[in-house]
Amino acid sequence: MIPEIGQIALILALGIAVIQAFFPLAGAQLGIRSWVNVARPAANLQLLFMLIAFGSLMYAFIDFDFSVKYVATNSNSKLPTIYRISAVWGGHEGSLLLWATILAVWSFAVSLFSRSIPDVMVARVLGVLGLVSIGFLAFTLLTSNPFERIPMQADGHDLNPLLQDFGLAVHPPMLYMGYVGLVVPFAFAIAAMLGGRLDAAWARWSRPWTNIAWLFLTIGISLGSWWAYYELGWGGWWFWDPVENASFMPWLVATALMHSLAVTEKRGAFKAWTVLLAIFAFSLSLLGTFLVRSGVLTSVHAFASDPTRGVFILGFLALVIGGSLALFAARGKSIRSYVSFDLLSRESALLLNNVLLVVVTFMVLLGTIYPIIHNAFGWGNLSVGKPYFDLFFVILTVPLAIGLGAGQLLRWKRDTVTNLFSKVRTALIISVVAGVAATALLMPNFTFSAALGIGLGVWIVCTTGKAIREQLKARSFTSIPRGFWGMAFAHIGVAFFAVGITLTSVYSIEKDIRLAPGESYELGGFNFAFDKINTISGPNYSGNRGTITITRDEFETVLHPEKRTYFSSSMPMTEAGIDAGFTRDLFVALGEPLGDGAWAVRLYHKPFIRWIWLGTIIMALGGFLAATDKRYLRMASRARRQRRQAAVTVGATA
Amino acid sequence: MNPKRKQRLILISAMVIGVVVAVSLILLALNENINHYFDPTQVVAGEAPQDHTFRIGGMVVEGSVEREIGELQVRFGLTDYQKTVTVTYDGILPDLFREGQGVVALGKLQGEVFVAEEVLAKHDENYMPPEVAASLKKNPPQAAN
Repeated sequence: MIPEIGQIALILALGIAVIQAFFPLAGAQLGIRSWVNVARPAANLQLLFMLIAFGSLMYAFIDFDFSVKYVATNSNSKLPTIYRISAVWGGHEGSLLLWATILAVWSFAVSLFSRSIPDVMVARVLGVLGLVSIGFLAFTLLTSNPFERIPMQADGHDLNPLLQDFGLAVHPPMLYMGYVGLVVPFAFAIAAMLGGRLDAAWARWSRPWTNIAWLFLTIGISLGSWWAYYELGWGGWWFWDPVENASFMPWLVATALMHSLAVTEKRGAFKAWTVLLAIFAFSLSLLGTFLVRSGVLTSVHAFASDPTRGVFILGFLALVIGGSLALFAARGKSIRSYVSFDLLSRESALLLNNVLLVVVTFMVLLGTIYPIIHNAFGWGNLSVGKPYFDLFFVILTVPLAIGLGAGQLLRWKRDTVTNLFSKVRTALIISVVAGVAATALLMPNFTFSAALGIGLGVWIVCTTGKAIREQLKARSFTSIPRGFWGMAFAHIGVAFFAVGITLTSVYSIEKDIRLAPGESYELGGFNFAFDKINTISGPNYSGNRGTITITRDEFETVLHPEKRTYFSSSMPMTEAGIDAGFTRDLFVALGEPLGDGAWAVRLYHKPFIRWIWLGTIIMALGGFLAATDKRYLRMASRARRQRRQAAVTVGATA
Repeated sequence: MNPKRKQRLILISAMVIGVVVAVSLILLALNENINHYFDPTQVVAGEAPQDHTFRIGGMVVEGSVEREIGELQVRFGLTDYQKTVTVTYDGILPDLFREGQGVVALGKLQGEVFVAEEVLAKHDENYMPPEVAASLKKNPPQAAN
């Protein structure tokens, strides 16, 4: 019964999406007030039905309803409750339902927090969101219905053991909040083009939404990276896998968009460019969905899949990109910016930021889809190696980091070389000295790339510090706007991130080795002693659990890596043992038994790897600070006041 | 030509040159870092290069996985049900590696033996790498096994 309620709610949600798309958009274009007013209630109703549908599926999981095909495939009577809940988005159908539900959440949020925006604009935004919603709900209902029934099964097949983990329980919702969140700036851009009004106000409305979507995307990607690190047992944190790239590309463009929106709001420049970035950010998140869901690529994430799904998303993608670019071409003339700036100015620095980020995106996109193109032309199968990505990423991000430091000290419109140099001189000296000295004195051996990485990190921190001091010249500490703090935090996050990546990739030591109980091995100055191995049993698995004692001088820690076999799928799983630290991680994973009581064991010493995720957390915090800047609240309260005044005037004249 | 137009022309040419240089660099790097894919039949036929990194895919032959007692190095046969290539690997195999399953290995051919640097099996146990599926379609599994 409950699954049927979910099914009906899903169909109703599709119906409402049609209403939410048609009436507000048509009403705004034709000037029909009552149609415009449909937007908000439709968005609210859509959320209600999506929550009913989502709740029904969740109920089916908690209630062990194995007559629902999706539940029977992705769950099992022995699965703990928390993973029965996360299993809702553990497969294809449920992921799409989550996508559509989150889209409804965003639409609702827009309808709730848009009091300061003219109703016609809100109607257009919600209308565009409705259009996207139609696409995804139709996709879900036609190709991947999560509520499909089958004859009652005695037991379910079980959730993929890799997904039975806390990190992966929260990774998809976070990532989807970000992916789907990019639809909001996209909808604002389309709405603004439809209304022919691309001004500073439009940029101001889009900025907090872009920041929040970006912040979720940042958290989602880094959760995925963290999960891959501890759960896959490979000890890596980023593989340039097509699916990782699929989430990284929208992030890069969203980062560019945040910066270009700043220019559009403050200076009225880059208007057309900003609109294009908003379109591409969302298109890339659709492309990501296509890559993940169609199985066109060889990827660790590739799931057994159905080609019609790929065709549907590809068609949808073509419609979105084609439609919005056609609109852009039609309105292109009216969105010119008439603002000039000098070669050395804050605008130029942000332009450089944008160009570099877009080139990085292009490089990643090319590397990701090159195998598809190659194969499509019948030139054979190939894959693009990690060295390609690593090389270009480094070449392009070094100038990005240097420009980041200098850019935040540049003035808008016009600046001079002497002025800039006097501001950055100290930072420049400190970062060169610190980079060389820290590498020479604190690291195992001197390498140029380590010195460069540390130097860039210090450079970003010093220039950010200088920017804070510049702010303090003009105002008191407490009156520095939050938007500025957002920028400062995000940039300091980049510094941590850069240092973390560099030191991890330069100084990590990895070793696959044969160890028998009682034997030990020395790695990175630590002694890894393999004490013993026991058999263990969990709720839905059995396995082996090793005990490895790691010592170095006074330091001692005991790790318990596990090898599990899940009953339902007889699929072995590696649970790594990790001793996490601020300056290094020690990582131990079990391979397979080699006979004679010996095991294949993987030992890693990874310096500063935590800084990578620490950096992303600080970046996300920056995004949060920027999105909650007071002026957005002030904007809302001003609008409320105006409305009240208008109501009073209307009352007086009546 | 007025100075403003001249300036713009210089700017545009600079950008075009920049883009051309960047794209050719990217393509060059791409070409150096791509790994071609061969199936066991092609490798046995000598179509794959010696001492050059490429990928090979197929099914792990049942009963072929062998390892000296207490040694890390493992050796197994990879087949597309036509021809079989011996693969060696010195490291920890992925969790989903099993006899009778599809895998993709990255490495170099040394003589008759493929020395793998990396062996990939997939997250999803029902999943078959598309390349392996394609070569199996080309050479349907017959009584070969």
